Amino acid sequence: MAYSEKVIDHYEHPRNVGTFGTQKEIKERKDIGVGLVGAPECGDVMQLQIKVDPESGKIEDAKFKCFGCGSAIASSSLATEWLKGRTLEEGESIKNTEIVEELSLPPVKIHCSVLAEDAIKAAIEDYRHKNGIEHD
Amino acid sequence: MNKPIYFDNAATTRCDPRVVEAMLPYFTEKFGNPGSRNHSFGWVAEDAVETARRQVAALLGADRKEVIFTSGATESNNLAIKGAASMYAKAPAGSSGRGHIITAMHEHKAVLDPCKRLQKEGFEVTYLEPPADGVITAEQVAGALRDDTILVTIMWANNEIGTINDVPGIGALCHERGVIFHTDATQWAGKMPVDVNKDNIDLLSMSGHKIYGPKGVGALYVRRRRPRVRLTAIQEGGGQERGMRSGTLNVPGIVGLGAAAALCAEEMEAERERLGAMRRRLETTIIEQLDEVQVNGHPDKRLPHLTNISFGFVEGESLMMACKDIAMSSGSACTSASLEPSYVLKSLGVGDELAHSSLRLSLGRFNTEEEVDFAAGQIVESVRKLRDLSPLYDMHKEGIDITKIEWAAH
Repeated sequence: MAYSEKVIDHYEHPRNVGTFGTQKEIKERKDIGVGLVGAPECGDVMQLQIKVDPESGKIEDAKFKCFGCGSAIASSSLATEWLKGRTLEEGESIKNTEIVEELSLPPVKIHCSVLAEDAIKAAIEDYRHKNGIEHD
Repeated sequence: MNKPIYFDNAATTRCDPRVVEAMLPYFTEKFGNPGSRNHSFGWVAEDAVETARRQVAALLGADRKEVIFTSGATESNNLAIKGAASMYAKAPAGSSGRGHIITAMHEHKAVLDPCKRLQKEGFEVTYLEPPADGVITAEQVAGALRDDTILVTIMWANNEIGTINDVPGIGALCHERGVIFHTDATQWAGKMPVDVNKDNIDLLSMSGHKIYGPKGVGALYVRRRRPRVRLTAIQEGGGQERGMRSGTLNVPGIVGLGAAAALCAEEMEAERERLGAMRRRLETTIIEQLDEVQVNGHPDKRLPHLTNISFGFVEGESLMMACKDIAMSSGSACTSASLEPSYVLKSLGVGDELAHSSLRLSLGRFNTEEEVDFAAGQIVESVRKLRDLSPLYDMHKEGIDITKIEWAAH
């Protein structure tokens, strides 16, 4: 299958790869929210970490790691780019369809964008949960 | 060295230029129909077809009258399985209890789907579950044989993992019990020696384009003596190929298949040795440089030119994308909506995540050692790059057992 230029660019030069520490360290840190979604047997696992500035409530940094196809890697890479500088509410409003559009994902790869949206939501939820922030 | 490098010879091979050369006159000046009995155009075409029949028969240790030309191995498999089932059925069409067929779960779809069709038409089918090494033995078949078994169809070498089933042993067992034995030898014939008599084979399918011949042509060996195997035709018409396969013969294709078979017979021994050494070099280089790597299938009972390797904690499709200068196959079918990993690897008990991260590399006549070294280097580099990206590899290094995590499967 042919990939779009943007997918290839993100795949070859993924933005914001990494973590803010080991799984154990991250658990202890209240300023970090983690979203781990997907399953190895399905061929996709995304890990998205956001670092939130408690003063402004804005996402000051985001990192990802991804086990998955090129579109999954590109979707999570793009998600980290879009998350930086946003508030939690703004981050939460990112829709998978925007990712599909930006990366020109074909129909068989839409699940990659859904997974990225899930990872964003899970990371924000994890941050809120750690900090006892109620949200509806 | 030209890129991309072609390491997908189990999917198809480049037509040998010597084969193309042999075929060319049969498109233009020698264009006759071998069925035309009353002029020289027909005789010339018929001579060419009979030469090819002899060449294919020689490759198989068969008599030329036992070779039926088809459009490829899929048609050969369909004709062998459906044709034999219909001919040897124990009850007429429309009734149940028409007979029992044995095959295996990791056969090619061109065998499995005809078997499934026959199940709907009143036959019973046993799908043998391969052991972890992928090799079906005569003992396993013996355990499944019944009084009403009419046909056993077991492939010679598996197309995804290259494992070699005990075809001579299974054939001997079938002959002892009076059961027809078919083998799909698409990956075997032309690469490894065949003697249909010593190997106790009644029906054998093969393809032109897997052995450096053209696409759209194949052959079915049909035993004529001890026992004389009869088939009900699927395609009916002009009665060509002893009535088993009607339709004007594909003369240029058949000439190409014959020429390809002759070249394979001639070069088989040297080629096996050369490709086997290259395959070992490829595997050794990769295994030495990477951890969490697994070669799938039996360590020795494998085709010399094919390897199927799983790389832990990386996903197959992205691995293929990273190895952009190598043309090969992935065990993952992530491009389909089903996200199903290879059913062949699954049938061997390879976990879904390792099945998703497997590569099949199949070497062929036109590959060089330089290409092998380049490919091994690119694979190692790509796996390292993707593991740097992989959350699963991080967890593995932290000592977290990823099979113990409750994943939210989607």
